Amino acid sequence: MAIDILMPALSPTMTEGKLSKWLVKEGDQISSGTILAEIETDKATMEFEAVDEGRIGKILVPEGTENVAVNAPIATLLADGEKAGAKSAPAKETAAKAEPAKAVAAPVAAAHVTENDAQYSTWKTQTVREALRDAMAEEMRRDPNVFLMGEEVAQYQGAYKISQGLLEEFGDKRVVDTPITEHGFTGLGVGAAFGGLVPIIEFMTFNFAMQAMDQIINSAAKTLYMSGGQMGCPIVFRGANGAAARVAAQHSQCYASWYAHVPGLKVLAPWSASDAKGLLKAAIRDPNPIIFLENEILYGQSFPVPDVADFVLPIGQAKVERPGKDVTIVAFSIMVGKAMKAAEELAAAGIDAEVINLRSIRPLDTATILASIQKTNRCVTCEEGWAFSGIGAEIAATIMEQGFDHLDAPVLRVAGKDVPMPYAANLEAMALPQVSDIIDAAKAVCYR
Amino acid sequence: MTTKKGPIKKGPAAGSNSAPTPDELIKYYKDMLLIRRFEERAGQLYGMGLIGGFCHLYIGQEAVVVGLQACSKPGDTVVTSYRDHGHMLACGMDPKGVMAELTGRATGYSRGKGGSMHMFSREKGFFGGHGIVGAQVPIGTGLAFAHKYKGDGGLCMAYMGDGAFNQGQVYESLNMASLWHLPVLYVVENNKYGMGTSVERASASTDLASRGQPYNVKTMTVDGMDLMAVREAGMEAVEYIRAGKGPVLMEAKTYRYRGHSMSDPAKYRTKEELQKMRVEHDPIDHLRQTLIDLKALDDDGFKTMDKEIKDIVIAAADFAQTSPEPDPSELWTDIIVAA
Repeated sequence: MAIDILMPALSPTMTEGKLSKWLVKEGDQISSGTILAEIETDKATMEFEAVDEGRIGKILVPEGTENVAVNAPIATLLADGEKAGAKSAPAKETAAKAEPAKAVAAPVAAAHVTENDAQYSTWKTQTVREALRDAMAEEMRRDPNVFLMGEEVAQYQGAYKISQGLLEEFGDKRVVDTPITEHGFTGLGVGAAFGGLVPIIEFMTFNFAMQAMDQIINSAAKTLYMSGGQMGCPIVFRGANGAAARVAAQHSQCYASWYAHVPGLKVLAPWSASDAKGLLKAAIRDPNPIIFLENEILYGQSFPVPDVADFVLPIGQAKVERPGKDVTIVAFSIMVGKAMKAAEELAAAGIDAEVINLRSIRPLDTATILASIQKTNRCVTCEEGWAFSGIGAEIAATIMEQGFDHLDAPVLRVAGKDVPMPYAANLEAMALPQVSDIIDAAKAVCYR
Repeated sequence: MTTKKGPIKKGPAAGSNSAPTPDELIKYYKDMLLIRRFEERAGQLYGMGLIGGFCHLYIGQEAVVVGLQACSKPGDTVVTSYRDHGHMLACGMDPKGVMAELTGRATGYSRGKGGSMHMFSREKGFFGGHGIVGAQVPIGTGLAFAHKYKGDGGLCMAYMGDGAFNQGQVYESLNMASLWHLPVLYVVENNKYGMGTSVERASASTDLASRGQPYNVKTMTVDGMDLMAVREAGMEAVEYIRAGKGPVLMEAKTYRYRGHSMSDPAKYRTKEELQKMRVEHDPIDHLRQTLIDLKALDDDGFKTMDKEIKDIVIAAADFAQTSPEPDPSELWTDIIVAA
C-alpha cells in the first residue's frame, strides 16, 4: 500500500509553505536521504529529504504551489512491486483542507483601518516582516550613520528574514554579521552610539538579550543622566519578544515589564504592519535608547500600511483600534489581535468593547487609557507576560491613582500563567492568555 | 599578528631616535605630578566627608595613562573603568570640574549626577568613567567601530584593570575587534590586585598579555612604572593600529599605592611590598631623576612646578567645596533626550 509523503513543518511557527520545486519525478526510485523537493517557509528555502525507501508514485501537489498546509499529502510513495496508480491509504483530504500541525494565532484577515487613519488615502498590504525591513531600509537611505548589527542579519538575510535584501543594498559596512556574542556586540553598539553612529542592534530574540542586560540598562539607559546630559545614546535594540510556538521556557518570554521598569529607555511594541513601519522609523530617529519588541508569530501576518513616502508614527501614543462603550480592553503586540477577536465575540453577546493598542509601553499613553475609562468605566488589561509586576499591574495602578472615580468594577488582568512556558502543546495553550480569557474577563467586569 | 612573548619593555635610552625632547619630558612629569597631588587632595576631601560613595585613587599608576596619552592625537577617544580621575586629567579635563563632580556639585562634569566613577567629556574625547567592571571594554570597541565607520583616522584607548580582564565581555571584544580590524588599543593596567584578590589567585595564567594571542591580537607587555617604556610601547602600538592592522593588547605592569577604594585597608599585601614599590619603582621619582640627569630642570624649576601644581589642586578643591549643590530641578533632567 502506498504511503503519503506529507508537507513538512520546517520551523516552529510554520503552518504552511510554498512547494517551490520538485527534485524527483514520478517513477523515481528513492531512498532515505534523497532530496525530494525545495520548500519555502516564512524564513528560508529548505531542502526536504525522504525518510523512507520506495518509488515515487503520484505527485499530488505540483511545484510552484503556494500556501500548502503542513501535513498535507504532497506525493505518494510506492513499496516494491506497487503500481504507480496505487491508491494511497488512508485517503486524506486535499492539501488545502489539511490541518496545520499546531495551532498558532490566525493571521489577521480583515484590513483594519480606523477613523484616525482617514488622513491616508492610499494603502498597501504588507506583512509585519516587510514593514520592518522597509522601515530600516528607508532610514538607512536617509541617514548614512544608521547601521544594522546582529547575528545572521547580513549573509543569512536575517534569522527571521527581517533584514532580507539589506546587505545587497547597503553592503557589509552597514549590515554587520556578528559572532554569537550578545554582551559584546550590545556594548559595542552602545559605544558606537556614543561615538556618533545610530546602531540598530538585532537580537535574534529578546531571550538572548538577557546576556546583554548590563549594557542595555547600565550603559545605554543610564549614561545620559550620569553624564549630566552629555552622553546621549541613540540606539535601537530590536527583535522577537514573547512566545513563538513550542519553544519552551527559555525561548518564550515577554520582556515588556523588565525594560519598561527603567528610566532612560523607551519601550515600543507594535502589533500591525503599520505600527511596525511607523514606530521603527520613529525609533531609529529618536535620540534615546529604544527597546523595540517584535513578535515572531506576527512577522508573517499581513496588514494595510499607509502608502506614503515617509510614514512615521509618534512615540508615546496609543491607538484606539476599535471604539466601544461598555468595556476598555488594553493590549499590546500580539495580544491586540486576540483582543480584537474577543471584541467581535463580545459584540455578539451584546457587549461593546473598546480596544486600545498601546504601541508604546514607556512612555505610556495614560491619557488615552483614562479617556476610555471615563467612557466605559471598566477595564481589562492583556499581556503575554506574567501578571506579577507586569504591564497590567502598572495600568491598573495608574487607573486607580488617576481614574478611581470612573471605575464601576475592579480592573482585571489577563496575563500569562505564573509558570515557566511548558513545551507540550496543550500546556502551552493553557499557559498563554487566550481570546476566551479576555472574553471571560470582559464579561466579569461588566457583571455579565 | 602576534608578537612572541619577550622581555618586559624598558624605555629607550636618552638620545635614541624615539626619545622624547626635554620639554616633552617636563610636560609628562608635570602631568603625573598633577594626578598625584590631585588624588592626594581627593583622598583628603574624602576623609573630611566632602566626597561620598566610592572613590578609587590612581596613585602609583600615573605613568601608564600619561605615557599613553603622549601617543594620542586629537580626535582619539579614551574610555576606562571607575579608577578614572587620572585618565580625565591626562585627557586635559579641568581639575576643577573633576573635583567638583567628586564633591557632587552643580559645576562638576556631570553636574553632580555621576560622581567619581561616571564623568565624561566629549570635547576632550573622554567617554567615561564606567562603574561596572569590564563594561567599558565593549564600549571602547564600539568607539573604535565608529572611528573606522566614519573613517576619521582616530583610535580608541580602552583601559581596564587586571580584575576586569577576567570578564567574558573582554574576550567578546577582542574577538570582534580582531575580526573587523578595529582601531583600538586595549590597555590592561595590571596593578596586581583586583580589589583584594591578587592576580595569582584570580588568573589561571598570569601572563595576561598572552590572552590576546588566541584572537590574533598583537600583544605587548610593558613596565607600567616607567613612563619612557610606556610611551615607547604606546608609539609602536599606535603606529600599528593607525596602519589599519587591527587592535593591540598591552599589559602594563603597575602598582597602586592606596587601597582599592578609600574604604579598603589593603591587608592582603605587606607593607614591605608597598614600600619596595614606592622606593624603587615610583614613576614620578624615576622621571624626576631622568630630568635631573638630563639637566632639564634644576631645583628652582622643580620648586616652581611643585608650587604651580599645588595651586591648581588647591584651587580645584576650593572650587569643589564652594560650588553649589545641583538645583533640585536637576533630579528630573537628562533622563531622556527630547526628540
